Amino acid sequence: MSSSEITARVLNPGKAAGEAMLLDEPLSFWGGFDAQTGIIVDQHHPQRGGCVAGRFLILPESRGSAGTPAGIAEAIRRGVGPAAIALGKADVNVAVGAMVAAVLYGVEIPVLVIDDGDRAGLRSGDRLEADRDGRIRITAAESG
Amino acid sequence: MSEIEGLQLDDRDRALLDGAEGEAMSLAMRVVLRAAEISGASRLQDICFAHIDACFYNGQAHVDFARFMVDKGARLAVPTWTNTSLVSQVDTEIRPEKNDPVVVSGARLLMELYEQLGCEPVWTCAPYQLPGGPSLGDHIVGSESNAVTFYNSVVGARTNKYGDYLDVCAALVGRVPYSGLHTDDGRRGRLLFTLDAIPWELRHEDIFHHVLGHRLGRVAQSRVPVIQGLPLDSDEDQLKAISAAAAASGAVGLFHAVGVTPEAPDLASAFQGAEPEAEIAITPAELIEARDSLSMGGGGRLDMVAIGTPHFSFTEFARLVPLMDGRRVHDGTLFYVSTSRHVYALIEEQGWTAILDAAGVRVVVDTCTYFTPAVRGCRGRVMTNSAKWAYYAPGMLAVESVFGTLEECVESALRGEVWRDDRLWRNDTWGARA
Repeated sequence: MSSSEITARVLNPGKAAGEAMLLDEPLSFWGGFDAQTGIIVDQHHPQRGGCVAGRFLILPESRGSAGTPAGIAEAIRRGVGPAAIALGKADVNVAVGAMVAAVLYGVEIPVLVIDDGDRAGLRSGDRLEADRDGRIRITAAESG
Repeated sequence: MSEIEGLQLDDRDRALLDGAEGEAMSLAMRVVLRAAEISGASRLQDICFAHIDACFYNGQAHVDFARFMVDKGARLAVPTWTNTSLVSQVDTEIRPEKNDPVVVSGARLLMELYEQLGCEPVWTCAPYQLPGGPSLGDHIVGSESNAVTFYNSVVGARTNKYGDYLDVCAALVGRVPYSGLHTDDGRRGRLLFTLDAIPWELRHEDIFHHVLGHRLGRVAQSRVPVIQGLPLDSDEDQLKAISAAAAASGAVGLFHAVGVTPEAPDLASAFQGAEPEAEIAITPAELIEARDSLSMGGGGRLDMVAIGTPHFSFTEFARLVPLMDGRRVHDGTLFYVSTSRHVYALIEEQGWTAILDAAGVRVVVDTCTYFTPAVRGCRGRVMTNSAKWAYYAPGMLAVESVFGTLEECVESALRGEVWRDDRLWRNDTWGARA
């Protein structure tokens, strides 16, 4: 098992660990995502049917839906939110959803921005651990 | 604090951040600053008005957020108007609580909480039809997509499209990140659309504005389009149609129409003296394609007419009422018009609600026909004069949408089957060979 470390920009601080889940395309957390179950329901999304609950979610960005903050906050409220979210670019709606959920529900989900290069080295199934400063420790999945 | 790096804050900003007005206002300030940091804004901009969308029930988190703000003593800094709700406060039959208790009671509670917070309870997606709104050059917060585009384009007020919670936080703080459509550069025209190939007569038809908006959104996406050749007397309802359709099919938050909209008295002003990035001639063929893409099926039996997306204006009612006066919607066909309670009060004064009622037309306030169970339960063919409704409905409701003019909607409702004004569907009317 190999491990390494990358540094991310912090949009919402938190400490979390989880198994990586990589999304190939942006996701709308309202409309494309069921906040009651944590499942991706966008019929056109490559990872449709996947459940983000407890996963270290890695995606390019959210799709431009004004409802994304609510979808994230509602999923966190129900306990089916991701453990952490790492984006390809800074995204106001994702950050705001996590900030509000942290205050309302006391659950701090880190929202981070990582470089394309760092993202390219990640595989679904890797174990990731983030600290509050944006350092992410990666333990590669077996036979990855 | 990392939130304030690179941003100039005044004493009140700092005091809010430090909790001088409680934890709700502190959260609001942190959210606005986070948004500023992400958008790369160099400073915050004072606003004078907000139209918020977080009052539209989207689950319990929405209620918890509003409750937190009310309980922790948050206070709005600017006049703040509410977008449409999931339910009507006036007409409880539209969505009976017993059929969907969690959602309906949540939606009602949310409306009460935003009233307690001090919002003006207008419950409309067309707030620009009401008196007392913003004017040219004002910086504001908009959230609903058609209202954002109308305010920016037709009124000349300045707003980005603010998502849930950020809209409320900015209204509480009274400040937004100075970025995007708040800045002069963000408002500069990028693409020039010309209408030379489109017949002059067609450019006066309402259906043209819906179809043009749909096409603009598709092509421009988020680049500011400039339209040259729109009739100078294009009215507010027609500009509403362009705004709604372009915001739905693309991400157009601002368009200019030369000689029509306030920031485009001439071509040079629309582009702020710069050259267009591209010049695009709108063709009859692409308008016909866009027009046809808004109808799923053909003709036949009609189950419902749904108009008023965005909310029907007083002037639109002034056109509808004579068409319905003394006539009666066909048995088996439903006819819904969505509007604001403000416009409803105006048409009631005119005695028009009685005429519409006698004709079998149901007027819905506070909400939209997307969200009424009558429409939700409908599995048939629905006709609309709104490109926005026609664009969204097939995804949101299991219906077959048919797009047509107001007159076609009315005539079809009277007959109980889709009726077409042949003149408007002939290719030569759109400038193509017959």
